[in-house]
Amino acid sequence: MSEDKTQGWRVDGPFDPEAAGKVLGSLGHGGFLGMRYGGHGTDWFEAELPWREELVGAGGNGVLASGPIISLFDNCTAMAIWTRRQRFVPHVTLDLRIDYVRAAVPGRSVIARAECYQIRGALAFVRGLAHDGDTSDPVAHAAGIFMATGDTA
Amino acid sequence: MTAGFELPPYARAMGMLVLNRDHHGAPAVAMDFAEKSEGRPGYLHGGAIGGLLEMAGFAALHADLAQRGIEARFKPINISIEYLRNGLPERVFARGEVLRAGRRIANVRIEAWQGDSTAPIASCWMNFQLSPVKVA
Repeated sequence: MSEDKTQGWRVDGPFDPEAAGKVLGSLGHGGFLGMRYGGHGTDWFEAELPWREELVGAGGNGVLASGPIISLFDNCTAMAIWTRRQRFVPHVTLDLRIDYVRAAVPGRSVIARAECYQIRGALAFVRGLAHDGDTSDPVAHAAGIFMATGDTA
Repeated sequence: MTAGFELPPYARAMGMLVLNRDHHGAPAVAMDFAEKSEGRPGYLHGGAIGGLLEMAGFAALHADLAQRGIEARFKPINISIEYLRNGLPERVFARGEVLRAGRRIANVRIEAWQGDSTAPIASCWMNFQLSPVKVA
């Protein structure tokens, strides 16, 4: 279990996805990866992971490692839940599955959009898609479940 | 191809290191806690744990193929992670086990732990696609 990302924004009152997204990309692991807020709707959140040499993976060909893509999905799916709940509720990741459809193109940002498609009490069900410029040609899909550890009433 | 598994830039940037293999067979990969691996204040980020699990999966498959004298490229097809306990601000280890590595697909299980290797903080499976290395 991990993550409730309370750092740096108001945890009471309405959840502000844009303000939270900016904090996310400035501190801790999200700051190291350089995540950038990309947009949100009533139940979705989008962020961008810019390519850089330091984040290249084991293929030895300039392709972004898959680890940072896990982190990107973990953050975007968590944000999508608070966006849908319209407030911050501490939670932990129960599980997260990622299918790597193809390698991201070296030098290109990876953009993930995650959706919270169902909330049942403490459980929040999420899915996401990542692409490197064309949403019809994704690089990865994600599905996961988070469990609230705070009051969801 | 018996050389050790070489960590890619991402893993080195995250401070991961490959430990010598012990009687379990596959090498373990370790990562110290740092701000760049922090999620919720004072805890490891789930994505950083995921990245470590993956790297241990790569290392285990690399060791398994090398031991059997097989030269193959491999890339991850998918990963499914269960988060079992909070990741504390201390060193975290991960080690994989190759359940099966055939000609085209390898199935690997990986666990991550901190103080107590019998109390994993995360567990995952990964599937890899293998392709033979072309000899020029």
